[in-house]
Amino acid sequence: MINENSDIILSVRDLRANVDGTEILKGLNLEVRAGEIHAIMGLNGSGKSTFSKVLAGHPDYEVTAGEIHFKGQDLLELDPHDRATAGIFLAFQYPLEIPGVSNRDFLRVAFNAHRKARGEDEIDVFDFDDLIEEKLNVVRMDASFLDRSVNEGFSGGEKKRNEILQMALLEPALAILDETDSGLDIDALKTVAGGVNQLSTPGNAVVLITHYQRMLDYIVPDYVHVMADGRIITTGGKDLAKELESRGYEWVLKEFRTGVTA
Amino acid sequence: MTSSMAEVRSRMTVDQRDAYLKGLVQRAKAAVPQELALETMRSRAEALLNEHAFPSARDEDWRFTDLADLLAIDFVAAGESSVSEADVADLRLSETAGAQVVVVNGRVSAERSQLQNLPDGVIVGSLRSHPDLQVVERLAQASGHHEVFTALNTVGFQDAVVVWLPRNTVVETPIQIIYVAQPEEPALLAQPRCLVVAESGSALTLIEDFSGPSAAPHFTNVVTELWLDANAQLTHSRIQREGAGTFHIGKTVVTQARDSQYIGTAVDFGSRLARHNWEIYQTGEQTTTKIYGLGAIAANQHIDTHSLVALSHPHGVVEQQHKVIVDDHAHSVFNGRMAVAQKAQLTSASQLNRNLLLSDKARVDTKPQLEIVADNVKCAHGATVSQLQADEIFYLQSRGISAPQAQRLLIYAFAMEMLETIAVETLRSRLAETISQWS
Repeated sequence: MINENSDIILSVRDLRANVDGTEILKGLNLEVRAGEIHAIMGLNGSGKSTFSKVLAGHPDYEVTAGEIHFKGQDLLELDPHDRATAGIFLAFQYPLEIPGVSNRDFLRVAFNAHRKARGEDEIDVFDFDDLIEEKLNVVRMDASFLDRSVNEGFSGGEKKRNEILQMALLEPALAILDETDSGLDIDALKTVAGGVNQLSTPGNAVVLITHYQRMLDYIVPDYVHVMADGRIITTGGKDLAKELESRGYEWVLKEFRTGVTA
Repeated sequence: MTSSMAEVRSRMTVDQRDAYLKGLVQRAKAAVPQELALETMRSRAEALLNEHAFPSARDEDWRFTDLADLLAIDFVAAGESSVSEADVADLRLSETAGAQVVVVNGRVSAERSQLQNLPDGVIVGSLRSHPDLQVVERLAQASGHHEVFTALNTVGFQDAVVVWLPRNTVVETPIQIIYVAQPEEPALLAQPRCLVVAESGSALTLIEDFSGPSAAPHFTNVVTELWLDANAQLTHSRIQREGAGTFHIGKTVVTQARDSQYIGTAVDFGSRLARHNWEIYQTGEQTTTKIYGLGAIAANQHIDTHSLVALSHPHGVVEQQHKVIVDDHAHSVFNGRMAVAQKAQLTSASQLNRNLLLSDKARVDTKPQLEIVADNVKCAHGATVSQLQADEIFYLQSRGISAPQAQRLLIYAFAMEMLETIAVETLRSRLAETISQWS
């Protein structure tokens, strides 16, 4: 939902970042306001996932230039866990399995870390159980998932639903979904998309990173950006995704190259 | 400085090590109380010691565990000592009330033991209080007694805890043996001994808890013999959390008759050097053996578990998991031997050793040793050494959990898998508490 008067949640200016000394992001600009849903599309290696990791603060990614402001704060100053409690949530492309940590404990510890950061008291086990049972409905997960180790032995779809469950619990101001649709069957995709739609409010924003147009049938973006060679080369509305799906990326890249060289 | 001193000591000659051992044997022997003479058994052990050398790094079994620092101390045999209630109160578990034996420096403390909650016919207490008990076929009769430290204990133990269950007796209350190490000046050799006989069809849960609050030099050389007669069931937790100055050398030998089930969990948190020789001998078919180990060590601690499961009959089931957390300059050694003889057909055996290194100065030596002669068996084994995964930590951080908290959570998860095998809740949660403080 576009509302030009709403608050700017994320502002990225001329962002450059390296991995292992190789520059991957080469001057990326993006502005996201409250209430908006942005899709970032692009070929493999265009820097989409790197951008999501940089936002979350992954230590392997080194920011060399540019700035990121999140709700007015300098994001690059913050440690990963402080970014999370400030309201950034990254749904992982490959959620990690953590044997021995029950999903329930993991979710409670994470939730309490957020409460603590807000200066609130930790929630006790029983109140938390009530809360999480309610959130399970968002992704139609069975309560038995809570007592299994985090993501251990989960199917691909279950892992992605578990990511959305965490999003439902932590209520981020900015959710970045990194290829959450990859490898999902259509039912799981609908469940995940339904969850995201349910969680999307005028006060928060969503950035969807995807290869495929398919998810955008279920989560309708306000903006579609195309990334190539470490920056956003063009931006359009939801129809751009359909065009990319039918015509591929070559024409955009061509237009971009012509534009740059011209 | 210290390392060069250790080198000098480890270059002690064979003669010097023999003289050291002879001295220990003589001092241990002299401290044996008259009413526990047990001459035949003890002189046999002494004869054995005359033929064996004190172990050095040249012995395959001691390759990675250097006893040079122990050899630098002339330990004297412990005598009678007492312990205040305040010193043991925290160690008593609510589940074991009325079934607690307290042992101080190897001797049972009648004053501190509480044994009012046991079924008729079950014997629990000091061997000295049960002089008529027919122990000759059990005490020091298990396989594995011909080893230096076991023989040293046999020569010199001053008391023994006896737990004896008649046929078909089920003891509902877990029995807890609280071994307290109380160092003195000069440093003491304490030699606790424990004999458990579970006659056929009987069942019990046994907790052996070794602790000592002091960091002064001390040498605990303990032997525990567990006899499981036909169809007996024993769940055993062995917790070693002795003081930072203690050398702890322990032997646990389990003899399992047919259809018996042994589930053991050994936890090593304490001591400067702890060696556990854990030996399970099968003497009949269809036995089940499940052994779990958890070590968590830091600073300059050294722990070494040498396990042996010897199978000689068909239809045995063995499951072993051994997990160790190693921080700072600590060093963990694991040698897991499984011997599956020709007759042990249709054995199902698995062994897994996982090590978590928290520092680049920490060291792990691990060796699975499967000796399989039988041809129709299922045996699996594996060993891993890894660090905390940066990606796992980042995943937790990305959910608002700080890096140190994420690290604690992952260490806790690693350890809990082993602690969950401990049946007694209060003990399990106390050990979990210790682990949750680790960082």
